[in-house]
Amino acid sequence: MLSWANLLSQTFNGLVVGALLALISSGLTIIYGTLGVLNLAHGAMFMVGGYAGVVAYQYTGSFLVAIVAGAGFVLVLGVLMERLVIRHFYERPAEDQILVTFGLGIVFVETIRFFFGSLSQSMPPPSWAEGVTSLGFMIYPTYRLAVVGIIAVTLLALYLVLYRSRLGMIVRAGIEDSVMVDSLGINVMRVFMVVFGIGSMAAGFAGIVNVPIAPITPDIGEATLVEAFVVVVIGGVGSFPGAVLGGLIAGEILSLTSMINPSYSQVMLFVVMTLVLVLRPRGLLGAEGRS
Amino acid sequence: MNQRPRGPRALLPEASIALVLLVAPFVLPKIGLVPDTMNRILVFGLFGIGFDLLFGYAGMLSFGQAAFFGTGGFIAAYLLTQTGMSSVMLGLAIGTVGAAVAGYFVGLIALRRTGIYFAMITVAIGEVFFFMENGPLSSFTGGENGLPGVPGPTFNLGFATIHATSGWSMYGFLAVSYVVGVVIGRRIVASPVGLIWVAIRENPLRAAAVGHNVHAYKLLAFVIAAAYSGAAGGLLGVMQGYMPPDAFTFETSGQVIMMTVIGGLETLFGPLVGAAVWLYLRDFLQGGLGLGASWKLVLGLVFVLLVSFLRRGILGGIADLYARLARGGATAGEQPAAPDLSLDELSLSTNPAATRAPPLPSRPIPAYTGPILVTKGLTKRYAGLLANSDIDFSVEQGELRGIIGPNGAGKSTFFKMLTCEVHPTSGTITFEGQDITGREVTEVCQTGLTKSYQVNQLFNRLTARQNIMISALAEKRGPFRLDLLRDPAHIPELADLVDHTLDLVELTGRADVPVSNLAYGEKRRLEIGLALATSPSLLLLDEPLAGMSPRERVETVKLLKSISRGRTTIIIDHDMDALFELVERVTVLQEGRILVEGSPDEIKANATVREAYLGGVLV
Repeated sequence: MLSWANLLSQTFNGLVVGALLALISSGLTIIYGTLGVLNLAHGAMFMVGGYAGVVAYQYTGSFLVAIVAGAGFVLVLGVLMERLVIRHFYERPAEDQILVTFGLGIVFVETIRFFFGSLSQSMPPPSWAEGVTSLGFMIYPTYRLAVVGIIAVTLLALYLVLYRSRLGMIVRAGIEDSVMVDSLGINVMRVFMVVFGIGSMAAGFAGIVNVPIAPITPDIGEATLVEAFVVVVIGGVGSFPGAVLGGLIAGEILSLTSMINPSYSQVMLFVVMTLVLVLRPRGLLGAEGRS
Repeated sequence: MNQRPRGPRALLPEASIALVLLVAPFVLPKIGLVPDTMNRILVFGLFGIGFDLLFGYAGMLSFGQAAFFGTGGFIAAYLLTQTGMSSVMLGLAIGTVGAAVAGYFVGLIALRRTGIYFAMITVAIGEVFFFMENGPLSSFTGGENGLPGVPGPTFNLGFATIHATSGWSMYGFLAVSYVVGVVIGRRIVASPVGLIWVAIRENPLRAAAVGHNVHAYKLLAFVIAAAYSGAAGGLLGVMQGYMPPDAFTFETSGQVIMMTVIGGLETLFGPLVGAAVWLYLRDFLQGGLGLGASWKLVLGLVFVLLVSFLRRGILGGIADLYARLARGGATAGEQPAAPDLSLDELSLSTNPAATRAPPLPSRPIPAYTGPILVTKGLTKRYAGLLANSDIDFSVEQGELRGIIGPNGAGKSTFFKMLTCEVHPTSGTITFEGQDITGREVTEVCQTGLTKSYQVNQLFNRLTARQNIMISALAEKRGPFRLDLLRDPAHIPELADLVDHTLDLVELTGRADVPVSNLAYGEKRRLEIGLALATSPSLLLLDEPLAGMSPRERVETVKLLKSISRGRTTIIIDHDMDALFELVERVTVLQEGRILVEGSPDEIKANATVREAYLGGVLV
């Protein structure tokens, strides 16, 4: 069982899972870092993105349209959610925010189940990414390689928006001191709305990109949410680089452990999380900021 | 909490719930509830009592309670199906203890962080248990199949043998179990521990500062919640004759949260009500309305609406409605507002309670007679900023010392270091001859050194009396005690200490008013009272006069005089007139250093002080 070829391909699988987790978790962590809200509906956003994309694909047959529709739909859903519900919870205790997003997550999951049932839905990879690619030392499914590339580009775009744009500057200033930003004449509420939308979109985008790899069901978001939590705890709550690093680490842990014994892979993930909590409670790249 | 009615009335809620459970089998089936559903309601009602203690009272929102529900359930089911253990009660008891032990170890990890971190960690740990059950431990737990064949209990009453299998016989067994759970839960809530949990929920920093071991009490809440979960999990297996693996799922954790919130937090009965609503609606929507699987959608929406608009749940809503009706709309506010003292009344009250009430006994001083407090070279550096630098400071027993200094002189940092809320970068603090440098604030308070805060740090949703009692409990019980079933009324001298402190800070007449309805000056006095009720031998007061009107200042200065009688006290304040009138010696801080020390007259005459304070204007 333990061979170099196996190890290599599992490492690549870990990279794919890790990239997806990195993207989902950065959405979660951006929202928390900016708004101070832990969104328990984030896993549901991942799932809704997948369904929205699949529906678009069923109508158009275009992978690109599916991606845009999946991400776009969740962007709108996120903005609406912030506008209609989350906004009224900023002044309430963190526990209330957690409870309401938890409830909304259930509403999203059950709404999807209402329309699509519990059976899984899938979508083929685009024609240009079908089949396998030879890397010289091994062959690997082309689409999975493409996913790593697509997500790398998306994370880079997210980074540029957050660290190299005017919006990003406001976001980061808002994390430091939202009252000050507000008094400078910048509409913090609108920034919050946009950030919630972008953070949700990251999950939705990951959701649709993931469909050709693993078919989706309404419940897929739950496990994803839990893994994203672990990633964020490992990387450091509120830290964008932490989410990316944590995601990649988590992906490799899951993948490499399951090569040895699949039933231990999740357990191992939590063992690592516990170690991080004991040795470095604020996470690998976390700053002791707002808490 | 402390005013639980005594005598037969004290057990009224317990008796009522027992009666309701007795009558329920004759009524509820008429609206379509089958015995199995009612049994499930009882199991989740019991599960929820633990969660309510954890979240409703102690304020810790855990998303991982399924871990303990499953642990208790599978331990009991394994013992009863695989090892030949014949006593169902013994199996359930071992399951409960097993869940509590699991809760202890999980708590050690999860309690490393608070708030959202705590929520996320409990989610993750809950999942570990689920995967363990399904994977590595599946040879014990049956993996995805669970454990079938769990027997029901048999009770030999001498004249008859009752075998609880399913339906109504099982209902009887579960109802009795639930009532036992409620009785214990209500005893815990009414005990000192219950009040301290609420204190920790409301203001963990102050709870620690008045001398409670916050971490130990939180861990205790976690373990007790786990024990309740484990007992309920065991009962689930017994009730169904089968222990299902989905007991461990995130969904189970979510259900107990939603049921508790729907029914009403901080009520103990809430989870039973929530479970009844939840499971009745499930049956009704699924069967009655033919909605199939989308019953959860409806319940999800109900939950979101309740969290948004009726945060206290069904029972909380009923209580609010009842309170409103009981008032008959005659008066507006919930509690009488602060009395509007006219000047006449005030001059009457210049016969202050202080002269009536003798000073509180401060604790006996150990056979030590040197200065009560000595600091050597105390320095605190924040990144580039030097807040305190090389402070050598000494206070004699019984002294009343004032500290003044311009804003930013490092006065509050100095106080925080003395109470060990902040640890110095270098230097030592010696209190009553012991080196306390680097100790924790709780420990320091327990040895007799505490302070009142510059910005009020109160337990806002509690009454003035409960606030004082929280401090007094730390004084009378020490940092941690497992008196879960004790009535605070039976703690010797506790009531005296509370009454006496309330009297001293002149809040006796306002003792049962919630903090949020107290006037500012009253809150300020309560803040001092919290420190006083710990019976400190050295009391630090950080700007006790801050924000007060001139009238309130006059009153408070009198109060401070009476408090400091027979007790070593250090006061920081900006009001120099008031301070010079009060204290015997004054230390002046400037830019983190001691500028000068002397009697009020010497300080008044000192040119450097004038310069420091007034920028030389009057020199």
